[in-house]
Amino acid sequence: MTSQTLARPPVIDVRDLRTHLVTRWGTVKAVDGVSFAVREGETLGLVGESGSGKSMTCLSIVRLTPRSVSGVLEGTVLLDGDDLLTKSEKEMQRIRGRKVAMILQDPMSSLNPVFSIGMQMREPVAAYHGLRGAALWRRAAELLASVRIPSPEARLRAFPHQLSGGMRQRVVGAMAIAAPPRLLIADEPTTSLDLTIQAQYLGLLKELQARHHFAMIFVTHNLGIVAKMCERVAVMYAGRIVEMGAVREIFVSPRHPYTQALLESVPRLGAKLDRLTTVEGQPPDLARLPAGCAFAARCPKVMDRCAEAPPELAVAPGHSSRCWLQAPA
Amino acid sequence: MRVDPLLGATVLPEAEPRAWARLYDRGLPVIPLGIIGVFVLMAILAPLISPADPEEQSLRSRFRPPVWDGRGSWRHPLGTDRLGRDMLSRIFYGSRVSLAAGVITVLLASAVGAAVGLVAGYYGGRVDAVLMRLTDATMSFPVILLALILAVTVGPSFTNVVVAIAVILWARYARVIRGQVLTLMELDFIAQARIAGAGAWRVISRHLVPNTLNTLVVLVTLQIGYVIIVEASLSFLGAGIPPPTPAWGSMIAEGREFVTSAWWVSLFPGLAILLVVLAFNLLGDWLRDTLDPKLRQL
Amino acid sequence: MSAPELPAKIPSAATSLLEVSDLTKHFPVRRGLLGWSAGLVRAVDGVSFRIDAGTTLGLVGESGCGKTTTSKLILALAPPTSGSIRFQGEDVLALGRPGLRRYRRAVQAVFQDPYASLDPRMRIGAIIAEPLVINEPLDAAARRRRVLELLDVVGLPERSVGLFPHEFSGGQRQRIAIARALALSPKMIVLDEPVSALDVSIRAQILNLLRDLQRRLGVSYLFIAHDLAAVAHMSHQIAVMYLGKIVEWGEAEAVALAPKHPYTKALFSAALPLFPEVRDEEIVLSGEVPSPLDPPGGCRFHPRCPFVMPHCATEEPVLRQEGGRLVACHLYAGAPAATG
Repeated sequence: MTSQTLARPPVIDVRDLRTHLVTRWGTVKAVDGVSFAVREGETLGLVGESGSGKSMTCLSIVRLTPRSVSGVLEGTVLLDGDDLLTKSEKEMQRIRGRKVAMILQDPMSSLNPVFSIGMQMREPVAAYHGLRGAALWRRAAELLASVRIPSPEARLRAFPHQLSGGMRQRVVGAMAIAAPPRLLIADEPTTSLDLTIQAQYLGLLKELQARHHFAMIFVTHNLGIVAKMCERVAVMYAGRIVEMGAVREIFVSPRHPYTQALLESVPRLGAKLDRLTTVEGQPPDLARLPAGCAFAARCPKVMDRCAEAPPELAVAPGHSSRCWLQAPA
Repeated sequence: MRVDPLLGATVLPEAEPRAWARLYDRGLPVIPLGIIGVFVLMAILAPLISPADPEEQSLRSRFRPPVWDGRGSWRHPLGTDRLGRDMLSRIFYGSRVSLAAGVITVLLASAVGAAVGLVAGYYGGRVDAVLMRLTDATMSFPVILLALILAVTVGPSFTNVVVAIAVILWARYARVIRGQVLTLMELDFIAQARIAGAGAWRVISRHLVPNTLNTLVVLVTLQIGYVIIVEASLSFLGAGIPPPTPAWGSMIAEGREFVTSAWWVSLFPGLAILLVVLAFNLLGDWLRDTLDPKLRQL
Repeated sequence: MSAPELPAKIPSAATSLLEVSDLTKHFPVRRGLLGWSAGLVRAVDGVSFRIDAGTTLGLVGESGCGKTTTSKLILALAPPTSGSIRFQGEDVLALGRPGLRRYRRAVQAVFQDPYASLDPRMRIGAIIAEPLVINEPLDAAARRRRVLELLDVVGLPERSVGLFPHEFSGGQRQRIAIARALALSPKMIVLDEPVSALDVSIRAQILNLLRDLQRRLGVSYLFIAHDLAAVAHMSHQIAVMYLGKIVEWGEAEAVALAPKHPYTKALFSAALPLFPEVRDEEIVLSGEVPSPLDPPGGCRFHPRCPFVMPHCATEEPVLRQEGGRLVACHLYAGAPAATG
């Protein structure tokens, strides 16, 4: 990144985001005080297991949290300085798909099975570029070509079920960049793809980012993808970020016991391991979180102090860990 | 929390209420159950609560209006029909016919239909193809026509009504159950049963039947209303329960010509049908929403 | 790895538990009202391998490679079009009902989806006991004892017996599935993506459990997974499949760290490491994963191969020995063909 981009404010600045959902089992604190920022051309990895809140964080940013349950959505989400949480639904509809784009895990649910690809691409393309007719079609074909779909004109007439999984994700990618977004949120986009197709797709995303300079939030549970795609990573547990920093640093010297356990529990090619280190127990019930550190019940390094919820403490510039082990003695 | 250094700690989460527990959770549907309860009691206690013999004719008391009309009396609270028979008693006794026809027919049809659906879904291939052709053919045959044919050839009777409807109704069950079985067959636990050495009988009885029971219960409940209407239609046409046995359908038919003058003769049996069928439908809807929301298209 | 030393060449028939020879499964594709045959899906096309007692064979490949079909054939859930499966020397395909019974006791399975592999209407005790009920003449008390024993082996508390599947998490359900698979003391378990649907931290628990069981009970595994690092961690040998054929087979660590077949190289290159600097070449394949309905001529991989040569399009390579490995690739021509 140039010094210019470093000087500019981040594209997305999330401060103390809270999403509490009221369900019949209690108040589920899906996202509980999450803060991070991503700059232009930068990719932040959001890592965690089921129930960690990584997907809910993304939905909260674009205000697409489940409507059937009442609850709380608080905090500040600044997109280029503009607070998304204060916007009206109408304003959000203009922002979604244009300034903020999302790519989800299952391309079949992002694409309408009864409409051709071309018909589905009309909306984002027409909306942004104000094109019609033949010009619209041409632009759509160009977009498909930019995501390396062969014979793009023919593909415009095809239906989603006629394409392979990898192709569908590319189409979703093309729709996402139709109006080059400021922020692209990718939620496990390659989980349903074959490995070799995943490699192609990740390369494509990197290329698109280099071309359009958007900020990217990449949600995944695969640490290898984080190593390839992200500059920074935030590890989430029970709705909170427990460690955040540069990918290299986190992987080489993780500070939070959960991050350490996660890294040690993943089998690694070339590492001669007899046993994998396990994280004992199960992830917590988000409706019944303990008062203190959410990881205390499973932490191998738990102390008395952990009965009190730790704040994010600095380990090094740009590297923070939500753990009392970091506190000065 | 039990910690096993070898295998990791294991904690069992709080039990989630099961489908049947959910029933009480949601609150029972009081009104439909109440209505059905009333009619069931009506049917069972008919001899005890009827003010008169439903078949007793009295030409002197023809066309008496209900009690709230000027010329009515408490001896015949809902009036009398053209042969002087007490309407209220006939409604009570008519409920026996309707409910019996509804329940027996549906039970018969569901047993046969479910069996066909289970076998077709489990074996697939040629067995499935043949059974489904049979099912399709059956479904397309009109019930009323069959009942009329039977009535004309063998003579109208309760048995004929039950047979005529059941012989066509089972196909609906076969289709729905087969669909469910096809979905279930995709699930791994069926393959696991086969890997454990289970034969067809065990897979069907131990695995497929319990998992299709919910669907069956919903379908049965919803169909009772339908059958009651069909029976009433048949009786209305004269192809159903023969007189003098009181049946709501034939009662409506008898009052057909006097709708403007002696409106009560057709109205009350009509109302009875409406209430019973509505109650069963509401109950069926509630059961479906509680037990298996995926069946919404039914 | 703590796996016992294996000879560099193919293990001899004397030690092998399962021997698969030229296994083939073709599915006819039927179109139209009358079902005209419109082609063949060559899901598995002449696959041969061996699994030794107490060892794990990892089977890797992408969609359409035939690994799931292979596992179904081995579990006798579908008959092969041709080829043979021998278990402990016996021809599995020639078994009558009692023979098949014996085979089923010896070969069990654990599948991917923890939410579909347990009957939601049965209690755990009944689920684990089902293989015993079908196959073993035990009385109820003996059965219950065995069920409790199995629950203990997989690390679940006794009170699980009376509970229903929906009351357990994904990882716990897989433990139940493993307990059920162990009920008849099988010699081999087919593990088809056993941890893919589980959270990362739970995977380690289950993988450790599986390895411990192998050490303790001497059970063999056919381990199918798309997590290559997990496969390499668990397996003694790895076989790589592409479009119904095995393209490479050898010792797990060797195949994972020094793949020879171009497809294997690309595959393992796509299994992203935590520290990318350690790796030498990254190979990104172009094109889609082709469908087994119409595989390319010659070497099936040639349209996507970065090292393709002219004759790759016309001549199909056979598995040949190459430095303790079996590889089907013209790059290694000139090596002696594999025997058997």
